[in-house]
Amino acid sequence: MSFLIRQTLIYAVPLMIVALAGVFAERSGIINLALEGIMIFGAFIGVLFVRLVQQWGWFNVAKEMNNWVALQGFLLLTMVVAAILGAVFSLLLAFAAINLKADQTIGGTALNLMAPALVLFLIRLIANQNTLQMATGDASSWFMIKKTMFGFDKKAKLGFFASTFLDKVYLTTYVCIILFIILSIILYKTRFGLRLRSCGENPQAADSLGINVRKMRYAGVTISGALAGMGGFVYALTTTNCSSNGDVAGFGFLALAVMIFGNWKPLNIAGAALLFGLFKCIAAAYASIDINGDGVFLLANIGLNANFYRLLPYLITLLVLAFTSKNSRAPKAEGIPYDKGQR
Amino acid sequence: MKEKTPLMQRDGTRSVLASLLSILIGLVAGAVVVFLVGLFNKSMSLKTAWEGIQLIFLGIISTGRNAAGELTFGFNPVTFGNMLFRATPLILTGLSVAVAYKTGLFNIGAPGQYLAGTAATLFIALEIPSSVVPAWVIWILAFLGGMAAGALWGAVPGFVKAFLNINEVLACIMTNWIAANLVTWAFDVSNLKNTVENTKTAYIYKTSFNGVQTPKMFLDKIFPGSQINGGILIAIALAILMYIIFTKTTFGYELKACGANRHAAKYAGIKDKRSIILSMAIAGAMSGAAASLYYLAGNTEFFWSTYQSLPATGFNGIPVALLAVCNPIAVIFTGMFMSMLDISGLQLTNLTAYNEYITDVIISVIVYLSAFSLVIKLWLGGKAKKKAGAKPDANAEPAPKADAGKEAGK
Repeated sequence: MSFLIRQTLIYAVPLMIVALAGVFAERSGIINLALEGIMIFGAFIGVLFVRLVQQWGWFNVAKEMNNWVALQGFLLLTMVVAAILGAVFSLLLAFAAINLKADQTIGGTALNLMAPALVLFLIRLIANQNTLQMATGDASSWFMIKKTMFGFDKKAKLGFFASTFLDKVYLTTYVCIILFIILSIILYKTRFGLRLRSCGENPQAADSLGINVRKMRYAGVTISGALAGMGGFVYALTTTNCSSNGDVAGFGFLALAVMIFGNWKPLNIAGAALLFGLFKCIAAAYASIDINGDGVFLLANIGLNANFYRLLPYLITLLVLAFTSKNSRAPKAEGIPYDKGQR
Repeated sequence: MKEKTPLMQRDGTRSVLASLLSILIGLVAGAVVVFLVGLFNKSMSLKTAWEGIQLIFLGIISTGRNAAGELTFGFNPVTFGNMLFRATPLILTGLSVAVAYKTGLFNIGAPGQYLAGTAATLFIALEIPSSVVPAWVIWILAFLGGMAAGALWGAVPGFVKAFLNINEVLACIMTNWIAANLVTWAFDVSNLKNTVENTKTAYIYKTSFNGVQTPKMFLDKIFPGSQINGGILIAIALAILMYIIFTKTTFGYELKACGANRHAAKYAGIKDKRSIILSMAIAGAMSGAAASLYYLAGNTEFFWSTYQSLPATGFNGIPVALLAVCNPIAVIFTGMFMSMLDISGLQLTNLTAYNEYITDVIISVIVYLSAFSLVIKLWLGGKAKKKAGAKPDANAEPAPKADAGKEAGK
């Protein structure tokens, strides 16, 4: 059971934070279809940063001393770097959509094409293969939090709570959850959040009240890019063992679906992300899920083809959208370039 | 009585100029990336960078290196034939995106439709024994089957868009991944895995294994040694057919009206839901045909374990269509341009330390520019007017609005 929860969280957390990235952009009035591309870019930047720092040897001493506090600091630093570069990359979309009044769907698609192309081009030059990995070691030996770090013995039996949330987990999971809560509060309970949301509903009215629509939309897209870039790195760290290959398996698009399913509201999004995370987890690890711990792998025993479980998240997304789209409430002005002259 | 507008102020001219400008900027951006990498990478000299830049612009007429190690250029029938062969699926996926775009739909589902077409084509072409049925009958069945499968797969997002108002972009992406898994599944349990040639794993038999392949139609006499076959002619014929449907028939007009303004079209008595589904079905059929023609060539193999990746040909239909401003005839040329870029990329991989992904970078820059092609067009128009010294035209047509994008966002 604790395995199932842990794995579900691993998939749900990037979905959640990237879906929130989508909310920030769309609530300010810009459709951010580029989430997938920004995630790919963020994943690449994060892995590259880890690799470079390892080669420079900044944290090698800490690693040898087993100073895991320093290593977690290194992880946080990488998250920040991925977020900053993700925000920079998203400026391309913001510039096209806000300054040039471009078609946001096409602009986003362009970024989705650009990120894997650029990333693979560079990875090939850097690593001479199609995957960029850490310079030494792997994600679990450098960044994973294990029970031994809290002074437990390797063979110690922990309670349900401790074995689920303190053993074999990544700090990124909790950082993302905390960020998610803080940003949700900012979006709903602060002046900035209210102004941002007003630009996605009725930018003309917002402008007439002295709000700078352009600035707000830039802020929305930039925050969105930062979150998506960070989410991309979190995805790469937790699911692909801190490697980047110009692909995040459609997670950016799944996050968009999560956002729509969650009706552009953070709490619903958190729930939707958990649901999708569960299905993603089943798809990835159905053969080793032991729900009640009696040694019987139920899903593996049913004998369905692995491909069935793999297509399940996407099929469910489509079905869920089919049932919920009638009463979904998108921001009214999303996708429409702001024109001062319009009413 | 229509007054003739000067060449430079015509909408069509401006579109062509805007596309050419986008291509130029895209190529220059690629060259800049190559230059920067050459500058900062210690294992590369500036000479390598210069060679890379040359190949980006002139890859299609590259003939390799001479004995002295210098790049040589000249007409090469093999490269040209291969370019036309690779252009075939690109023209068709480009048509797929263009057709849907005319109805105000952004068909990002071409990869999934392409996969559906691939599976149907390969199953039909390989499962019907050519000892019983003549090979040309199998060919036709496989081609039509591929188109039908693509059409069905394309109709799914069309259906959910029309009746449930789900954003077609999201629906297309989900159907893409569902197709990728379904196709992998279908081939996984099939007996079509290539076990004869043991050099490669996870590939399906070539259709020529069953004696089915597209006739060359004497094109191999013009481009000896290349992969070209009659498929390119079929692709061009389909493009012309689409052009006729959209400019000369009521049906095409209804589809376009639906794209311009769905509600107005409905008010005018056009069945908007039917139009949306049909448009997506036609788009799907084009992607399916792309896959059919590519795999029926007889010398191409399909990597069946595709659940983790989608075919790039499908996505590259987007730049092909956008560069052509969704004009079916123009798609023929932009499709060829895209395959030319592909060839340049391969030359870059073969002849220098760079790799083919730079062409994808160039393509993405071109797509990015086409997102605001309207701005470029207006800017070009302004330039032309200044040059002509004409007084402002009071009856100037208002600039067409990008309504398609708004519609797609809902």
